[in-house]
Amino acid sequence: MPLLSRWAVRLALIALGVGSTLGALILIQKGLGTLPWAWSGLGAHVELMLIGWMTQFALGIAYWILPRLPGMAPRGNPILAGLAFILLNLGLLLALLAPFRPWPWGLVLARLLEVLGLLLFGLAIWPRIRALKP
Amino acid sequence: MPTITRWLVKTSLVMLVAGLALGVYLHLPGISSGGLFPLYLHLLTFGWLTQLIIGIALWMLPKYTLERPRGDERLNWLIYLCLNLGLVMRALFEPLPPTALSPWRGVGLVAAAVLQWLAALLFIRQAWPRVKGR
Repeated sequence: MPLLSRWAVRLALIALGVGSTLGALILIQKGLGTLPWAWSGLGAHVELMLIGWMTQFALGIAYWILPRLPGMAPRGNPILAGLAFILLNLGLLLALLAPFRPWPWGLVLARLLEVLGLLLFGLAIWPRIRALKP
Repeated sequence: MPTITRWLVKTSLVMLVAGLALGVYLHLPGISSGGLFPLYLHLLTFGWLTQLIIGIALWMLPKYTLERPRGDERLNWLIYLCLNLGLVMRALFEPLPPTALSPWRGVGLVAAAVLQWLAALLFIRQAWPRVKGR
């Protein structure tokens, strides 16, 4: 498993841990009504589970497992793919922090970073989506 | 494909069908979504997508060791049990009105929260050492 995939999968596992903890607190609040503050974590729960966990895990595994290219860069442009993961996680981090900042454009910038990250990832792996010749 | 993966993938497909069927029900004229909408979302994101990812990951990630390729198999089965028991308990208790079946609704939702959270933590524990180069 290449280094980039290892980083992405580990970050995805961390997102799963934090995201599911927030989700569990919300469900406990629904049951007992003793943790009203847990609802403030709903946005972060959704962001962590959908982008941080599921999306990032899938991308990390895809970077590892898709057919490799002949030549010096078998997994495509590693700088592009690395930048993609950095932007995705910067966007995720900003989305988690946005509700606590007075700046109204925080979530917009967060989503833009995430979209840009996903676009770069698509560009990086596009040539690897191909038929394997026997 | 190992047995645990087959169980996780097949159960995830059952959850997909259950989630989609619930989605159809929620769109029937005159039906109030009530507490069913969060269940619909979790059947699809946790019961289907997360369970499918966990099943495939336990199979595909680099081997833990040659003797125990998927680590402690008992913990993998515990992931399966916690994830699905947690979701079933959620399905039983979350749609009920907050005052119904008191205090059992609260106890059931706390149990559902803890079980789903444990499933996530156990998967992280099992996957983390398998995220490696070779």
